[in-house]
Amino acid sequence: MRPLLRRESVLPGFSLSLGVTSAFLGLLVLLPLAALAVKAASLGPAAFWATVTDARALAAYRLSFGASLAAAALNGLFGLLVAWVLVRYPFPGKRLVDALVDLPFALPTAVAGITLTTLYGPNGWIGRHLEPLGLKVAFTELGITVALTFIGLPFVVRTLQPVIEEMGTDAEEAAASLGAGRVQALWRVVLPTLLPAWLTGVTLALSRALGEYGSVVFIAGNMPMQTEIAPLLIMTRLEQYDYAGATAIALVMLFASLLLLLAIGTLQAWSVRRSLGEAAS
Amino acid sequence: MTTTRFRRLLAGFALGLCPLAGAQTTTLLNVSYDPTRELYQEVNAAFAREWKQKTGQSLTIQQSHGGSGKQARAVIDGLEADVVTLALAYDVDALHKVGGLIPAGWQQRLPHNSAPYTSTIVFLVRKGNPKGIRDWADLGKPGVQVITPNPKTSGGARWNYLAAWGWALRQPGGSEAKARELVTRIFRNVPVLDSGARGSTNTFVQRGIGDVLLAWENEALLAVRELGPDQFEIVLPPLTILAEPSVALVDQVVDAKGTRAVAQAYLEFLYTPAGQAIAARHYFRPRQAAVAAKFAAQFPKTATFTIDEVFGGWTKAQAAHFGDGGTFDQIYAAGR
Amino acid sequence: MSAIVAARRAQPLTRAALSASEDSRPVRLALTAAALGFLGLFLFLPLVAVFTEALSKGGEAWVAAVSEPEARAALWLTLKVAALSVPLVTVFGVAAAWLIARFDFRGRRLLLALIDLPFAVSPVIAGLVFVLLFGRQGLFGPALAEHGVKVIFAVPGIVLATLFVTLPFVARELIPLLEAEGRDEEEAARTLGASGFQMFWRVTLPNIRFGLLYGVILANARAMGEFGAVSVVSGHIRGLTNTLPLHVEILYNEYRFQAAFAVASLLAFLAIGTLVAKALLERRIGGSR
Repeated sequence: MRPLLRRESVLPGFSLSLGVTSAFLGLLVLLPLAALAVKAASLGPAAFWATVTDARALAAYRLSFGASLAAAALNGLFGLLVAWVLVRYPFPGKRLVDALVDLPFALPTAVAGITLTTLYGPNGWIGRHLEPLGLKVAFTELGITVALTFIGLPFVVRTLQPVIEEMGTDAEEAAASLGAGRVQALWRVVLPTLLPAWLTGVTLALSRALGEYGSVVFIAGNMPMQTEIAPLLIMTRLEQYDYAGATAIALVMLFASLLLLLAIGTLQAWSVRRSLGEAAS
Repeated sequence: MTTTRFRRLLAGFALGLCPLAGAQTTTLLNVSYDPTRELYQEVNAAFAREWKQKTGQSLTIQQSHGGSGKQARAVIDGLEADVVTLALAYDVDALHKVGGLIPAGWQQRLPHNSAPYTSTIVFLVRKGNPKGIRDWADLGKPGVQVITPNPKTSGGARWNYLAAWGWALRQPGGSEAKARELVTRIFRNVPVLDSGARGSTNTFVQRGIGDVLLAWENEALLAVRELGPDQFEIVLPPLTILAEPSVALVDQVVDAKGTRAVAQAYLEFLYTPAGQAIAARHYFRPRQAAVAAKFAAQFPKTATFTIDEVFGGWTKAQAAHFGDGGTFDQIYAAGR
Repeated sequence: MSAIVAARRAQPLTRAALSASEDSRPVRLALTAAALGFLGLFLFLPLVAVFTEALSKGGEAWVAAVSEPEARAALWLTLKVAALSVPLVTVFGVAAAWLIARFDFRGRRLLLALIDLPFAVSPVIAGLVFVLLFGRQGLFGPALAEHGVKVIFAVPGIVLATLFVTLPFVARELIPLLEAEGRDEEEAARTLGASGFQMFWRVTLPNIRFGLLYGVILANARAMGEFGAVSVVSGHIRGLTNTLPLHVEILYNEYRFQAAFAVASLLAFLAIGTLVAKALLERRIGGSR
C-alpha cells in the first residue's frame, strides 16, 4: 500500500477509505461499465466505427454537447448568484426558496419534461407569450437547453452553498481591514475560494446534462439530424434489439465525458494549488 | 469487511424477494404494451372467474405495460412473463430470434396469426375537419401538419408508416418510388416526432399541435372519449392497414413455472365470445363475426391490407424501412 | 447557519470593513431579484404548474389519486429503495471524500473522475449495464438463474440502478468542503493523541456536517425521483415493481393527468419533507455548538 502514497500523512484511514472506495467503485461503476465495453466490442472495429461516426450520430453528439455546454454555462452563472443570495442576503421566504432548489432532483425527469413542455409549448403559459416574438422554445435546441438547465440547476447551487457558509465573512473583513475595496475583496479573496467548488458544480451539471434522456424527449421534438440527442439514438438502437450498437454510442459518450471530467479535474487541481500558493505567500 | 457487508446486502436482497415466491395461488404475468391496460384489467377479472369455476384454482394475473419493444426486451432479459400480448409480431418474433424463448412457428399456434383482435390506422382530426383530410394522399399536401411518433422508437408508428407506404403501392400506377415520395412528403409535414404513441396523442390533444394525428383506431376512439368528444373527429381512410397485435405464451417461462395449461387457456379465452366482447368494448375489432356484428356501429367497414400481403412479413418490412440505412433513415438523410 | 452568520456579524467592525465585506442595499436587491427571477422561470413556475394540475379537480381527487392501492404500493417501494441505497451512498461518500481530500496518492485524479462518472452516464445506460450483467443473457445471468436469485426486474435491480445514479452525490458534496477546510485541525488532533475515530467524530464531522446533510438530502431526493435507470430494470409489474416515478408515467399514459400530477406533487412533498428535517437537524446541531 505504502508506495501508492506520494506523501506520508499523519492522518489515519488511508487503507480503509481506499478499500471502501474501490470496492464501491469496482462493483457499481467499473464492473457494469466493463460489461458495456465487452458488449460494444462484440461489434468488431469496422462496425463499431461505422456506428459511432454515422452522420446522424455526429449530429446528435454536436447537439448533445452544445446544449449541455449552454445549460452548464447558464447554471454556472445563475447558480453562483443563487447560492450567494441564499447564503448572504436575508429576504422573506428564504427558507422555502432554499428548500425548493432540490426540486429538479426529486421530480421524476419525465414529469419535468412534461411540465416544461406544458409551460414552453406554443400554447403554454410562457410559450404563448414568446411565440409572437418569433421565439420558439419547445421542440427546438432552445427547449433542450431549458430542460437541461432545469435538471442541472441544483448542482452549482448545492456545491457552492456549504463553501460560502463555511467561508464566513472573516476573510473579506480581513481583506477590508487591509484596505481592499469590495470588488477587490470579492475578486481576490472570495472568488478564488469558491472556484474549486464552482468548477465542481459546473462539471456535474454538464455531465448530468450530457446523459439526460427522460425530460428531454418530451421537449426536444426528436427530429433526426436536428433535435435528436445522443441518448435518444441509444434508445433507437435498443428498439431494434441492437444492444451492441446502443452500447457503442454509449461508450463514445462515456469516453467524451470522462475526458471532460479529467480536464476539469486538472483545471481544478491547478486552481486549488494556485489559491493555496497565494494564501501561503 | 467490505465483502461481508456486501454478502449481508445480498442476503437482504434475497429476503426482499420472499413475498414473490411464497404465493399460494397460481400467478400469471402478462407483459403487454401501453394501450391494453384497461382491456386486460377486464379480461383478467373475467378469466380468473371462469378459471376458478372450472378448476377451483385461484388465479392472480399480474400486468406489466410499456412500449412494445421495451417490453419484449425485458422478457428477453429475464422478466418472467407467462404470456406476452404486444403491439406487433416483430416484437414477439424477437422473443424467438434474440431470446430463444419461443419456437419459430409461434404465430401458427393460435388462430388468426395469433392476433385475437385487430385494429387499424385512422386519422384523428380537429372538429369539422378544417383541412379536409380524407385519405392518405391528403397527408402529404403542403400546409398540413401531421403528428406521428418516431417509427424508430415506437411500434405503433411503424404501422402508420407502413400503412401510408402500402396505400401508395396499392394505388393505380403505384410503385416503390411513388410510395417513397408520398411517405417523404408526409414526414416533411411532421413537426414533432414523439418517442411513443401516447406521447403523440398528448402532443396533438394537449398541446394543440398539428392538423391530423395518425393513430390506432382503438387509441383514437379512447382519446376522443377521454379527452374531448366535441373537439375531435375520426376519419377512417377508404384503404388502410390491418393492425394485428400478437399474443404468445412464453414456452421457457411456463415450462419452468408449470403454468402452461393455464397460460394456454388464458390466451384461448381471448378468442371466446366473452373475450371478444371485452376486446370490442375496449375498441379493438373482434375477429368473431357474431361479436363483430353486435359492435358494427362502432367499427365502420373499410378495406384493409396486411403486413404479410404487402411487405412479406415484419422481418422484411423492418429491415427495408426501419433498419440502419432503411427508407426512414434515407428520408431524413436526404432532408438535409 | 443563520446563527453563525449572525454571530459573525455581531463582531465589531470598522466602517471600511463593513463596506468591503457587505454589499450595499441596491446591489443586494438587484442580485436577489436576478436570482429569484431565474429560479422563478426555471423552478417555481414548473412547480406551480405541477400543483395546479394536481389540484385541478379539487383536494378530494388529489387524496384519491395518492391513496389508491397502486400508488401506495409504489410509495412503499420508493421509500424502501431510498432507505436501502442512501446509507450505502453515504458510507461511500464519506470514505471517498476522505481519501481524495486528505491523501496525495497515485491515481487520485482518475479516481476522482470515476466518482463523477455515474453522473455522465445516461440513465438509460445506467439501467442497461445491470441488464447486461444480471439479465437472462447477461454475464452472470445463467449463474443467478441456477440459484433462483432474481436481480433484474425485482427490488435488488432497482436498488442497484439507484445506487449507480446516486453514488457521487455525497462524495461530491464533501470533497470541496474538506479541501477548503484544510487538514490542520485534524493533524493537530492527531498530534494531541486523539484516536482516528475521535478525530473524525470531534473534528472532521462537525466541520463537514452541512455538506454531509446536503449530500444525503440530494442523494435521497434523486433516489426517490430516479426514472430512466429504474424504468429499464423494473419490469413495470403493477403493484409490485413500480416506483412512484414509474407510476406517474403510467397514469400520464392512461390520460389521467390530474392523478399523474398528484403523485408527482407527492414526490415534491417528500423532497420538501427531507429539507424540513434538514432544517430541524441543523438547528439542533447549531444549538449544541
